[in-house]
Amino acid sequence: MITSIRGRNLLTLDGLTPAAILEILDTAELFVEVNQRTIKKVPALKGRVVASLFFEESTRTRLSFETAAKRLSADVLSLAVASSSVKKGESLRDTIATIDALGIDAVVMRHQSSGAAHQLSGYVPHVRVINAGDGLHQHPTQGLLDAFTVRQVLAERVHAKGSETGRELFTGLHVLIVGDIRHSRVARSDIAAYSALGAEVRIAAPGTLLPASLDDWPVSVVEDFDEALEWADVVGVLRLQRERGTGSFVPSLSEFTETYGLTTERARRLRRSAIIMHPGPMNRGVEIDSGVADLPSAVIERQVSNGVPIRMATLYLSVTGSPEETR
Amino acid sequence: MDAHASSSRARDSFVPRTLLLSGEDVHRAVRRMAHEVVERVRDIDSLVVLGLQTGGVDFGESLADALAEITTSGVARGTLDVSFYRDDVAQRPFINSAASSVPVDLSDRLVLLVDDVLFTGRTIRSALNALGDFGRPRAVQLAVMVDRGHRELPIRPDYVGKNLPTSLSEEIVATVEGVWIGTRSDS
Repeated sequence: MITSIRGRNLLTLDGLTPAAILEILDTAELFVEVNQRTIKKVPALKGRVVASLFFEESTRTRLSFETAAKRLSADVLSLAVASSSVKKGESLRDTIATIDALGIDAVVMRHQSSGAAHQLSGYVPHVRVINAGDGLHQHPTQGLLDAFTVRQVLAERVHAKGSETGRELFTGLHVLIVGDIRHSRVARSDIAAYSALGAEVRIAAPGTLLPASLDDWPVSVVEDFDEALEWADVVGVLRLQRERGTGSFVPSLSEFTETYGLTTERARRLRRSAIIMHPGPMNRGVEIDSGVADLPSAVIERQVSNGVPIRMATLYLSVTGSPEETR
Repeated sequence: MDAHASSSRARDSFVPRTLLLSGEDVHRAVRRMAHEVVERVRDIDSLVVLGLQTGGVDFGESLADALAEITTSGVARGTLDVSFYRDDVAQRPFINSAASSVPVDLSDRLVLLVDDVLFTGRTIRSALNALGDFGRPRAVQLAVMVDRGHRELPIRPDYVGKNLPTSLSEEIVATVEGVWIGTRSDS
């Protein structure tokens, strides 16, 4: 088990202790304050170089990571994969060797293959690797920012700061994750974060969109989605990943919407206090109705803005810390 | 709570040897510093008292309280966290930080930084850098409960609760409840 990410890579949320996760959330809370200042910048990573390697397209994650690095005063090397030598067939190993030769302290990578971040960390052991999504495996900072957002909303309701509540607000919290679990790295990271902090997680999906094996997952599958909506404190709606061929796992998009979409009608079953989340980008009208996404209980924009402080915290702890301090 | 177990790590390894100032002594010293501030600062209305996270926060509060009592007016106060401005992050144990809370624009204000112990001066250097991100103060002054010497930078305090020449192997802990000298158990 990893008790802190100080001086370490962040490849997955599996194996992080609750204390390690809380340390990131508490540090992010400090960066929320920095992000509210007129001058949204601190010199914590001044002179450090953070490379951002996105082998898959992304808007929010990439912008959010690069903004985070810049607000920490790091220099950002951003590799536009589409116009780089990767297109000429350069291997991951050679690409990272080239970037490493320029002198970097950390690399943020998104890749279409599960395990790519882990593989990369083996090539450059002296560089901190932050996984920004690898295939169907993990998207750790998304899991962290979702947990952070939930804690922030719940803490506000009791007029406390999130860091004062620790993991208290997660104890016994009912989290329902619905949609394309099979292809979702967000689901895997969310489940790891929520369950480590003490929440009870259930998942809802058509059989074809459940992973092949759920043996190691700390979740239960709900039989009746509508009933589960009444049970939930938090509903995490996942995106139907058409680019990963999800379309062929469901008879039709409209049938998916009919059975597992968070429609306006279905959302009426939710408790008034329930929090609605979506990692974006949304397919409005497919997994979530437009009207539902714009409800006050939907915190989708807040998830996006919390991305920056969470990624600042991750970079700060990972790059400036050293593992010996953590014992 | 597990997240906070580590925040007091620095203090946990402290083995106190002697109580140098009691809570009452500290209280008196704070009041005396408040009087000195009033004597030196003409336009007290422009004053903003900023306690440095985390050791200086309580002192900042009590100093601001004492000032409010003497001047019978409200004193603007806040806290400043300098962890992200340090130049010695790699050289020292990881510091748990707490958020800054600067209530007013600092432009043209007189900022009084307050800390518990003045040692190398690096915390104050970081604080001066941090202040720049909140505006351009007209002037900055420094009040510390204890000055223990061993400066590594050309920084001096304007108000001192107690001068305590120390050796480098010693450790000082200053709170509003008292000032202790001792050693670090893990060194």
